[in-house]
Amino acid sequence: MDWGNIFGNAIGEIISPTTAAYALAAIGLGIHFGYTGLLNFGQAAFLLIGAYAFAIPTLAGAPLIVAVLSAIICSIIFAFILGIPTLRLRADYLAIVTIASAEVVRYIVTTTGLTDVTGAANGLSGFKGTFAAINPIPEGRYGFGPFVYNEYDWWIRIVGWTLVVLASVLVFLLMRSPWGRVVKGIREDEDAVRSLGKNVYSYKMQALVIGGVMGSIAGIIFILPRAVQPANYTTGLTFFIWTIMLLGGAATIFGPIVGAMIFWVVLSLTQGILYGAIEAGILPFIDTTQAGQIRFILVGVALMLLVIFRPQGIFGNKKELSFSV
Amino acid sequence: MIAGIRIGPGVRLTKMILAALSLCLGIVLGSGALSATASPAPTPTPTSDFTNTLTIGGVLRDGDNVVEGAEVTVEGASGFSEVATSDDTGRWSVIVPEKAEYTVTIDPETLPDGVELRDPDRDTATVSSSEWQTNSITRSFPLGADTRQTTGFFEQFLQRLAAGLNFGLLIALAAIGITLIFGTTGLNNFAHGEMVTFGAIIAWITAVLLGVNIFVAMLIALVLGGVFGYVQDWLLWKPLRRKGVKLVQAMIVSIGLAIALRYTYLFFIDGSTKTMNVGLSDAIVLGPVRITTGSIVSMVISIVALLAVGLFLTRTRVGKATRAVSDNPSLAAASGIDVDRIIRIVWVLAGALAALAGVMLGLYRQVSWDMGFQVLLLMFAAVTLGGLGSAYGALVGSIVVGLFVELSTLIIPADLKYAAALVVLIVVLLVRPQGILGRKERIG
Repeated sequence: MDWGNIFGNAIGEIISPTTAAYALAAIGLGIHFGYTGLLNFGQAAFLLIGAYAFAIPTLAGAPLIVAVLSAIICSIIFAFILGIPTLRLRADYLAIVTIASAEVVRYIVTTTGLTDVTGAANGLSGFKGTFAAINPIPEGRYGFGPFVYNEYDWWIRIVGWTLVVLASVLVFLLMRSPWGRVVKGIREDEDAVRSLGKNVYSYKMQALVIGGVMGSIAGIIFILPRAVQPANYTTGLTFFIWTIMLLGGAATIFGPIVGAMIFWVVLSLTQGILYGAIEAGILPFIDTTQAGQIRFILVGVALMLLVIFRPQGIFGNKKELSFSV
Repeated sequence: MIAGIRIGPGVRLTKMILAALSLCLGIVLGSGALSATASPAPTPTPTSDFTNTLTIGGVLRDGDNVVEGAEVTVEGASGFSEVATSDDTGRWSVIVPEKAEYTVTIDPETLPDGVELRDPDRDTATVSSSEWQTNSITRSFPLGADTRQTTGFFEQFLQRLAAGLNFGLLIALAAIGITLIFGTTGLNNFAHGEMVTFGAIIAWITAVLLGVNIFVAMLIALVLGGVFGYVQDWLLWKPLRRKGVKLVQAMIVSIGLAIALRYTYLFFIDGSTKTMNVGLSDAIVLGPVRITTGSIVSMVISIVALLAVGLFLTRTRVGKATRAVSDNPSLAAASGIDVDRIIRIVWVLAGALAALAGVMLGLYRQVSWDMGFQVLLLMFAAVTLGGLGSAYGALVGSIVVGLFVELSTLIIPADLKYAAALVVLIVVLLVRPQGILGRKERIG
């Protein structure tokens, strides 16, 4: 087994754009669930909307700023569509409706009738030009150790992680503001906040929009190193983001970031070790495809154990648990 | 339009003979041949070089059978119009004067009985002038003799209605488990889809791999499904209830369990879909509706199982106790009902019903590792539509969802049918959040 390579790949995941995208999506979900107590099981839809609302205008020739604005506006509209019928409902209804809406959106972009717009099951590609064009880094390969990338890869990483940091700072500032205290109050006791004259519905909607916009920007970062594939936006994506958020701690600033890093490093490590063991003939009864599946079995088991034994996550405070229902 | 183009007399003669022959063929074979004579005389203008003949043609096939005697009209921009009739090999072709734009229209009236255009709106194809890279261009018209596609709207409606009822009953079987678990424990079990898949996989292993009779396999799946439910409650849910784990926490645990189980199935049976080829796929024609014996069997079994559950809940002591726990666990416990035992029974019942639904879903469609997860949201939609916690609501909601999924394909593309059912769920929650049969206080 090539341990150097295995660890190199795993450590590379710490700053990969995918990790940044998951971290950003988990920060958004943290606003929904961790701070406001909204059971949003449709975070994948926000990533999907960010991805398509960015890629479709870009492919139509729109400049970068228009494409990004389109992604943000579409996610705000979607948050309203999602929130208006559901935010008055009890938590478990909200969970079912958000997961259903996410699937509806995915079915719509996958339908063959919209092949001209969304590419149906094949998705979209070739939208990286406008983002690569504003890359200030000269061509070449940079870095040290396992972190050696070309100029485009560095550009995605820098932009992605800058956005993650900005989002974290925003969450930090929001949550120590009066707005944040109201939102946390809603999580603890909705009726108490309502009795103080606050419009709970409106606060929930604002939280849904802010977290949703973060999800949609995460969607843009997620597609920049790859193509848009509708199959990426199944409920599985939502559950992975949930795992990441719960791993780090739902109502924490660093939780989602560290959660995303651990999640991807562990996934990469287990894949590397399993593949290495199969190549070395240590595990003769499984093949590499099955090794990939073992990782997801582990994700499921980890999610269960985490929620049962350490629901507050790594950084969380047990007093700030959002499992009020 | 043909001025300036020299026409060789021999070629013209050949053309005229050909035209006359095709006309005769049309009279002999086609019913609409007279209309062909009424159309402007064809003015084929091949150049003196015979190899430069420009043709538009194609082969009409309906599955493996050639379609003879169908008429295809080719019309050009400058008044050119010629009708070709498909010959005994299904071939038709029209010689056109220039590399220009043409419209190719097939006359559906001239198609033999039982053969129709697969898409009735696609009876016209166009040839653009930029396509003339070669001297011949092919246009095809997809034909299909499938009864579903050739029948009228009402027959299609009945066909979909039968399929929808069948699907709705299947969902109901599994959904009643979800709603009973929710009623007695408050848990939204996201791993219920995996219990459905479990039944299907057990039946596939016993019926297809081991060659056991399908009804025996169904029984085995039913029993093992119940055992699966029992083990789940014994090893996971009861300890969690003891630990005082909150409901949302438990819901996320069920998501983790669902992921772990789903990928375990994938690990063992790989990602391909498996057909339950157990001899129940013969079609029976009941009036306008074509239905497979498998569908009838599954409908009958679903109805029997649902009736049995209904009788169990209303007539037996345990069933009454179940409803009491569902209504108010503390009061039920105070009146001497062993709540844990009732919950255990509910889990066994839910596991068995879900497994049974899985077997029949495998018969109805196919067996795959994520088949349960694919219908999980429809089951939730059914349960929510009917009103969370209400067993009859789950039945009504399931039928509504099943009918909606199948009937929606009459109007919208088939790949959006699940989306349509989920949209209905969202719309119903807007106007009646407690569901069709739910009680108002349940929405909180």
